[in-house]
Amino acid sequence: MEFLSYLISGISLGSVYAIIALGYTMVYGIAKMLNFAHGDVIMVGGYMSFVAMSALHLPGWVSVLAGMAVCTVLGIVIEALAYRPLRSAPSLAVLITAIGVSYLLQNSAQLIWGANPISYPPVVSGTLHLFGGQLSISYVSLVTVAACILIMLALTAFTSKTKMGKAMRACSEDKGAAQLMGINVNRTISLTFAIGSALAAVAGVLLCSSYPTLMPTTGSMPGIKAFTAAVFGGIGSIPGAFLGGLLLGIIESMAKAYLSTQLSNSIVFAVLIIVLLVRPAGLMGKYVPEKV
Amino acid sequence: MKTKKKIAWGDYITYIGVTAAFIAVTALKNGGALNRSQLGLLVPICAYITMAISLNLTVGVLGELSLGHAGFMSIGAFSGIIAAMSLSELIPSAGVRMAIAMVTGAVFAGIFGFLIGIPVLRLRGDYLAIVTLAFGEIIKELINCLIVGYDSAGLHILINFDGSKTASDLELLEGGKAIIKGAQGAVGTKTIASFTAGYILIMIALFIILNLIRSRAGRAIMAIRDNRIAAESVGIEITKYKMMAFVTSAAIAGAAGALYGLNYSSLTAAKFDFNTSILVLVFVVLGGLGNIWGSVVAATVLYILPEALRSFADYRMLMFAIVLILVMLATNSSRTKALFEKLKSAKKEEEQ
Repeated sequence: MEFLSYLISGISLGSVYAIIALGYTMVYGIAKMLNFAHGDVIMVGGYMSFVAMSALHLPGWVSVLAGMAVCTVLGIVIEALAYRPLRSAPSLAVLITAIGVSYLLQNSAQLIWGANPISYPPVVSGTLHLFGGQLSISYVSLVTVAACILIMLALTAFTSKTKMGKAMRACSEDKGAAQLMGINVNRTISLTFAIGSALAAVAGVLLCSSYPTLMPTTGSMPGIKAFTAAVFGGIGSIPGAFLGGLLLGIIESMAKAYLSTQLSNSIVFAVLIIVLLVRPAGLMGKYVPEKV
Repeated sequence: MKTKKKIAWGDYITYIGVTAAFIAVTALKNGGALNRSQLGLLVPICAYITMAISLNLTVGVLGELSLGHAGFMSIGAFSGIIAAMSLSELIPSAGVRMAIAMVTGAVFAGIFGFLIGIPVLRLRGDYLAIVTLAFGEIIKELINCLIVGYDSAGLHILINFDGSKTASDLELLEGGKAIIKGAQGAVGTKTIASFTAGYILIMIALFIILNLIRSRAGRAIMAIRDNRIAAESVGIEITKYKMMAFVTSAAIAGAAGALYGLNYSSLTAAKFDFNTSILVLVFVVLGGLGNIWGSVVAATVLYILPEALRSFADYRMLMFAIVLILVMLATNSSRTKALFEKLKSAKKEEEQ
């Protein structure tokens, strides 16, 4: 029973990672950049829903929508102002800009809401008791897992069936060729950032509901973990990000429970290193041979 | 011949520039023109300059993005602290102990650089970056588990995996002292780092790196950066030269860590996290990839900048972020580049 409850908390945590990683992997696939500010968009999403709930007294689900709306706009604005002018710049320059954006978001949040952690009222509360109370699952975990699966299926359908989704895949494969085929590359990249940021907002709300504190640096560690998850599953691949996130969450939860609380992050990262050594393109990534 | 001479002059100017800055700052210091907080910045600036030039070897010269450089700094800092503290009775001279600490830090960081380099250097691009990040985090957590003390019987080392052990479990003899106390980090360190030691470290690091770049090995490393496959096909041993650059870079970072660590009476491993690695990377990129002199200037300016902005209090990190973004946009955006080109061609026309 104990094992099962750890497994469930791992799946729930992994689902949050997976939602963030889906955004990460889409942005990486199309813009070929490590968007370090992604983790901080999670934090903004959390604060927005907090403001919607505590200051405007809106119901939980409306606050999620509010967070998503703000983050979508934020994602588009960041892309247009900071990343678009650097489309042809060396990747390190874009990386440093992303770091700058990350600092900017963190420090703006600190100025507005202060550096101290605030307690976040969970959007979904309550616990489900099974087997006569031996196993208890919080409703947040169930909602998180359901949301993650739903998002994954929706994204897969979107990228494979719709016109915009196909344009997205075309851009991530070859921007120049896509442009020649009449695809508006800039708009497609904007859309990708919008989707990724909206997902980050959802992840932010779910993360803060399960771990109910919120501070300006809340997003950075989950952001790094989610990036790890995206690489773990094979960056650029949507099912890969889902699988990577889930596995990462389970490994972290199990490591915390059975091996060492202090070294749980190290164990996660050690697994990542081993996987990358055996499969250099991640679990589900495509290995692209180098052409000379 | 002509170009060779020019390159050598650039190196000499770097040495002279650093020395001139050292003399000027020392004069200011002795003249009493610097206040306490400014004096406190001197050693960290030296440490970060050394970090920046060592990371520039990996990122700028070898061309591999490393996001875990602070990990090597951390190894250097804590091994340096252990060396300096445990030898404090044996060697009374602070200067000699400082030198031993920096050498110890460099050796340990170099060994770890080699061990980490074996898996890391097989990967490429962003995958390599994420694995260096992972190693940086692993090092941080492992040092958090370390409990070290010394007494007349020698060093006692405990590894505290489950968080149940404390410094009293070291069972030190009478007169023994705990040096590193797990998550609390190093406490009660004697601060023996000095600005002069920092200056010497920078000069040694510059000497090693500039000479490496100008040597046969350095040209091989740059050939790997520019075109790995072409370099391999003309018979350059990729692994050997990559490892040479990576280990040198790690070892110098270790020495910088020892300098930094011995500047504070207490230090936790959390100081050397991902953000520190990123900060050093920012110095390197803004200073110019492969440009050692640029790293020195960028590290100095950017380390002082947030302090200089202190009058803006809460807004200083925000300003820092905005400056960072604007500088990157100004130097890399295609639109501003076109503008510069236009200005240049206009100037030329005028001259004609």
